[in-house]
Amino acid sequence: MTRPSPEAERAAFRGYTNFQKTALVLLRIFIGWHFFYEGLAKLINPYWTSAGYLVESQWWFKGLFLRVATDTTALAVVDFLNVWGLILIGLGLMLGMFARPATIAGIVLLALYYISAPPFAGYTYGIPAEGSYLVVNKVLI
Amino acid sequence: MTDHNTTDTHDAPTTSGESGISRRGLLKALVSIPFFGAFFYSFFKKKAVDDARRTAIMEELGVGERGPAIIPEMISRPPGERLRVGIIGFGGEGESLIRNAGFAHPDWVEQAREDAARDPRNKNLEVYLSQRDLNIAITAVCDVFDVRAERAIAASQVAVRSGGGPAMPAAKRYRRYGDLIASGDCDAVIIATPDHWHSRMTIEAVRAGLHVYCEKCLTRTEEEAHAVYDAVTNSDVVFQLGHQNRQSEAHMKAREVIEAGILGPITLVEGTTNRNTPWGAWVWDIHEEGNPDTIDWDQFQGPAPNKVPFNLERFFRWRCWYDYGTGLSGDLLSHEYDAVNQILQMGIPKSAVASGGLYYFKDGRDVPDVFQSVYEYPDRDLTFVYSATLASGMHRGLKFMGHDAWMQVGGTLTVSAEHDSTRYEEKIDSGIIDPARPMFTYQPGFRGIDAVTSATAEYFASRGLLYTYRGGRRVSAYHLLIDEWLDVIRNGGVTSCNIERAFEEAITCHMATRSYLEGRKVEWDPVRRRIV
Repeated sequence: MTRPSPEAERAAFRGYTNFQKTALVLLRIFIGWHFFYEGLAKLINPYWTSAGYLVESQWWFKGLFLRVATDTTALAVVDFLNVWGLILIGLGLMLGMFARPATIAGIVLLALYYISAPPFAGYTYGIPAEGSYLVVNKVLI
Repeated sequence: MTDHNTTDTHDAPTTSGESGISRRGLLKALVSIPFFGAFFYSFFKKKAVDDARRTAIMEELGVGERGPAIIPEMISRPPGERLRVGIIGFGGEGESLIRNAGFAHPDWVEQAREDAARDPRNKNLEVYLSQRDLNIAITAVCDVFDVRAERAIAASQVAVRSGGGPAMPAAKRYRRYGDLIASGDCDAVIIATPDHWHSRMTIEAVRAGLHVYCEKCLTRTEEEAHAVYDAVTNSDVVFQLGHQNRQSEAHMKAREVIEAGILGPITLVEGTTNRNTPWGAWVWDIHEEGNPDTIDWDQFQGPAPNKVPFNLERFFRWRCWYDYGTGLSGDLLSHEYDAVNQILQMGIPKSAVASGGLYYFKDGRDVPDVFQSVYEYPDRDLTFVYSATLASGMHRGLKFMGHDAWMQVGGTLTVSAEHDSTRYEEKIDSGIIDPARPMFTYQPGFRGIDAVTSATAEYFASRGLLYTYRGGRRVSAYHLLIDEWLDVIRNGGVTSCNIERAFEEAITCHMATRSYLEGRKVEWDPVRRRIV
């Protein structure tokens, strides 16, 4: 992967006011913070596993996620990737280093969360959401 | 990179010689330093607060969240010489016991394989295969229904065995249980018939020197309980009553919690049953091949007080009639009571008052479908209440109510502090203990996800009666209870639900039955050892 050249980045920022730039950087840092803490919190909790989330899976990929949840080896791999994925994405976004690959990885991870448990009408989940969602949820945003 | 510099015309020129990370990149990273400072400050502060709270609670309680300290040692002991086991009664329970002893019927294996292929959460086959080979052979079977006797013979020679055990020769069928006991084919016998047969079969087996694993309830009547107790205690046989909760990790942990005095004085224990399906109310399937030619009706009725003409309902749904069992008392109160007796060791109550009625399943049965019994233990300053309905599924669980904390026991275990506790007052005031949140939870096998199939299976699983965990691995509680029985036969020791515990269970259940049927409060006379 090649990082965008500094001038390409600058070009991308051209036309933004300083206020807008500051707001965007802050947003990137806050999103990074959120990812970073989600990862660290899971890392230090010996009881954490993604099995509970995966087993609730609905929609087209239900079978795949279920298979992962019930296979101890696959589950260990997925848990590891998820925890370290969150941590590295979070670090990247907070630091602004490797921000592009971190952004893409973040999008992929969130997309997986979304297709695993989409908030479509008719689907209910045992784990309650902290808000009220229909089609669009926090993960999608 | 030089290429970049030359084409850079929009901003101030960047320094030359940059490699990989630009000065701009470094600056950007520098900007995030205060954020990292704030992040790690908050992170470690939160962690310190959480850890301090947790350590303070654990120190106060003196128990850990890990598995119970007392795990029966025989789990790792290799099985000794092969034992020959006979089975009397191969209905639902008998088949389940033999399967958990390592001999599943081939049809069950096939079905379990299909279930696992359809739903990967279904671990029935995996658990069956991974359970230990107990080094036994099922050598003899007695059942009054031909179809079930044939199923037992098929199971006894199944090729797919637990723990990779070898296939065994077919069991021999006996039409009379007395012939099975006298045959010399068995070292030990599992009795899984309706309750009205338990005492006669156990006593005859004990007299013949056979070790006995008997299903609960121990007997149908008080008199029978005395007779079985005398026979077993005057013999050398190893006796086990089939209460699987004795092997449940959560129940063992609950006993640890009680022994550590975490709940303070316990004045009330509530055990409950809530089911809401016909199957849960003993409306079991009537087999299409059941008829007077395939069922030995006279042999089935045997010691039943009322003899009636051949009746399929009575044969296949025997728990609905007092002629063969004691309804909720012997079936489900017995489980709740034995769990409480395992955890509190309080024995036979001083008195019992029971009431209830037949309010929903008015299908010709004579046992109640709503039933409560209140037991007093004045020596322990304790009341045990049992409350049941077969027509509402609201889960109420098993609760131990203490002055300082309360505990809920099932497949998992939760301990919460009492808001007005004396012992925890200081810690509650200082915010270390929050009465709104459990201060202690114990979840055996917390990293695995299990699927349970029916509402009734869920009922049992939620009570830790189907599966439990050893070292995080799921095993059947039935399997462990049979394993323990066989181990005591081979190596000596005491079974966890021995004849003393069995007698206490039977008397406690019969006190409730007597109270209900006679419409009065009954008491236990500990000197004459009689219900009065």
